[in-house]
Amino acid sequence: MFNFRNFKQFIIDTIGLMLTGSRIYYAWVGFLLLLIVIGTGAYIGQLNDGLIVTKMRDQVSWGFYIGNFTFLVGVAAAAIMLVIPAYIYDWEPIKEITILGEMLAISALIMCLGFVMVDIGRPDRFWHIMPLVGRLNWPQSMLAWDVIVLNLYLVLNYFVVTYLLFCAYTERHYVKKIVTPLVLLSIPMAVSIHTVTAYLYNGLGARPFWNSAILAPRFLASAFCSGPAILLILLQVLQKTTKLKIKDEAIFKIAELMAYTMGFNLFLTAAESFKELYSGTEHVVYFQYLLFGLKGHNTLVPYAWASIIFGFVAFILFLVPKFRTNWKLLNLGCVLIYASVYIEKGMGLIIPGLTPDALGEIYVYTPSFTEIAVAAGIFAIGFLVFTLMLKAAVPMMLGEFTMSRGRKKATEPEVEPS
Amino acid sequence: MTDSKLTSLPEPSTEASGGCGLGRREFLGVGVAAVATALTGCGTLSKEEFLQHNFQELSKEEVLSVIARLEKEYKAKYGKDVKVGTTPAMPGVIFGYALDLSRCIGCRRCVHACVKENNQSRNPEVQWIRVLQLDKEEGVNLQHAEQYYNPAEVPEEGHFYMPIQCQQCKKPPCVKVCPVGATWREKDGIVVVDYNWCIGCRYCMAACPYGARHFNWGEPNLPPDQVNTDTHYLGNRPRPKGVVEKCTFCVQRTRKGLYPACVEICPTGSRKFGNLLDKTSEIRYVLENKRVFKLKEELNTQPNFFYFYGV
Repeated sequence: MFNFRNFKQFIIDTIGLMLTGSRIYYAWVGFLLLLIVIGTGAYIGQLNDGLIVTKMRDQVSWGFYIGNFTFLVGVAAAAIMLVIPAYIYDWEPIKEITILGEMLAISALIMCLGFVMVDIGRPDRFWHIMPLVGRLNWPQSMLAWDVIVLNLYLVLNYFVVTYLLFCAYTERHYVKKIVTPLVLLSIPMAVSIHTVTAYLYNGLGARPFWNSAILAPRFLASAFCSGPAILLILLQVLQKTTKLKIKDEAIFKIAELMAYTMGFNLFLTAAESFKELYSGTEHVVYFQYLLFGLKGHNTLVPYAWASIIFGFVAFILFLVPKFRTNWKLLNLGCVLIYASVYIEKGMGLIIPGLTPDALGEIYVYTPSFTEIAVAAGIFAIGFLVFTLMLKAAVPMMLGEFTMSRGRKKATEPEVEPS
Repeated sequence: MTDSKLTSLPEPSTEASGGCGLGRREFLGVGVAAVATALTGCGTLSKEEFLQHNFQELSKEEVLSVIARLEKEYKAKYGKDVKVGTTPAMPGVIFGYALDLSRCIGCRRCVHACVKENNQSRNPEVQWIRVLQLDKEEGVNLQHAEQYYNPAEVPEEGHFYMPIQCQQCKKPPCVKVCPVGATWREKDGIVVVDYNWCIGCRYCMAACPYGARHFNWGEPNLPPDQVNTDTHYLGNRPRPKGVVEKCTFCVQRTRKGLYPACVEICPTGSRKFGNLLDKTSEIRYVLENKRVFKLKEELNTQPNFFYFYGV
């Protein structure tokens, strides 16, 4: 049974595992810490001078921060991509991967909350948005919904990961009655975080580019492409650097599932583009700005087409079994689809939504150095959280490190995340 | 004439009622105040300011102490006695505005009178009124609008002008989306912002179809000699960095029976303002006798701001 002394020991050992590692591990952590320091420095500058140090202005009032936030909500949601087959179909090869997916979700959510925090003008008033303490405009505001579901999803994943690891640590099998319902709950939760985030934009009549009924389905479809892509790369890294054995079969199965979601994602993008471009109403200007440029402004055009082409090539690579079982092509496909969705659900979503602005003005937005530095810092925080979690989790998952056997026997596996 | 239903909906009042104690917030606040002070980036955040609750929820005593604190702060900052009013909405009044597109010559005097009256930041200058230069051939087509026209003389051949400011919607999307209820519609139809409650997320700016909401990207730069000392808590009092602001129909003036600054300055008489509930008002005359339209009517935001062609 659960007891506090064991749990305390678990925490101490977890921290111990995180603090010791190979030279490569220290170098990686040091690199992330350096980025965090740079990001913090940039953020302090932003706090002092205000958001004027960004390139956002009244016309384009959201930019790089919110674009990254949106993309990362997708990554967090995609954990369920792996949970569904593992638990619904009771498909063992993937099951051990789900805990990795959940840890990825935790890291992505931390980055999401970070991006929201750096984007708001008055972070000192964060308590205003806290349920019960502040004055949450719920259920009216989609942002209020987002605050609630993102935090619940974070707590849920955090609990499941901690519980599973604690069980492995104390060498007991986890109680199915606890884990299965929570994991099943995390499926609709994952769908809901991304749906609510889509609704956040979707509900704005003022912004025709976002005010489309298939925005939420598009969000989900693209998330189920980019999230697993990160995991596929990560699994290969872990396979090479730790004793964690993941069957090739599991990886290829995920790749096959991704082919379907990628096809669906392309279809939805085509459907949206057709509707806008063929009917050619006054709403078409936002698509024009994204795909062809408007009135001589074409900053987004190369990115938009890169996203479309990458997405299409990746789809072909994942669709043909011969290609997706070739490691090199599979990894190329992962990189391409990741880049494609990062453009599409980041800047490719936010900027054309706001350009031209509500009064028809075109303000050309590109992130400032501060925005890039702060974003790098937040990504570094996410990677650091993920690295530390993996560092402690992998030996526990492998049964190399348990309470009884403890540190004495633990051989340090090298962890070098992608 | 378009839909101009004049019934008022039950709205949150500015007048404090009940009031909720600061007990639990005090508990939270003291511990976190230090962190929060660091987060403002200037280190001048007082405990009272940090713990201040939404204006709609303050009791009468709390309102008084907030006003006293603000006036003291402004005195220290600008060396002037700034009066911060809290005049509530007058009963039986819903403000309406009408703008005659055939008279407006695009001189932008309204823009600058507004900046002066409402204590906007001067550099960068925040402008609550944006005047669009439109092509006569295109009509009201915002994709053909030019805001940065700068000829020696206006009006220019082939163009007409359309000033746009907050449309004081009956169904304001900005109010709906605000995650913390920092902006709301008053009983007289004015949409206001509590600058001490706004968290600066700018969701309202994404939601507004009229570009009427403006953000203090940097510390507002308001030279002390240019401060208008006659202010309202929900209107033109000097704003802090990192919050959203907007046109309030000069709430500090109109609730005292004065015209908004933009109406008063307009040299062509293009701007009409009055009580929609008063059958004898000029605004009602315009609605009865001119053919009016609302900007982006298809969005169903139901503005209390009308455009018409007077001639």
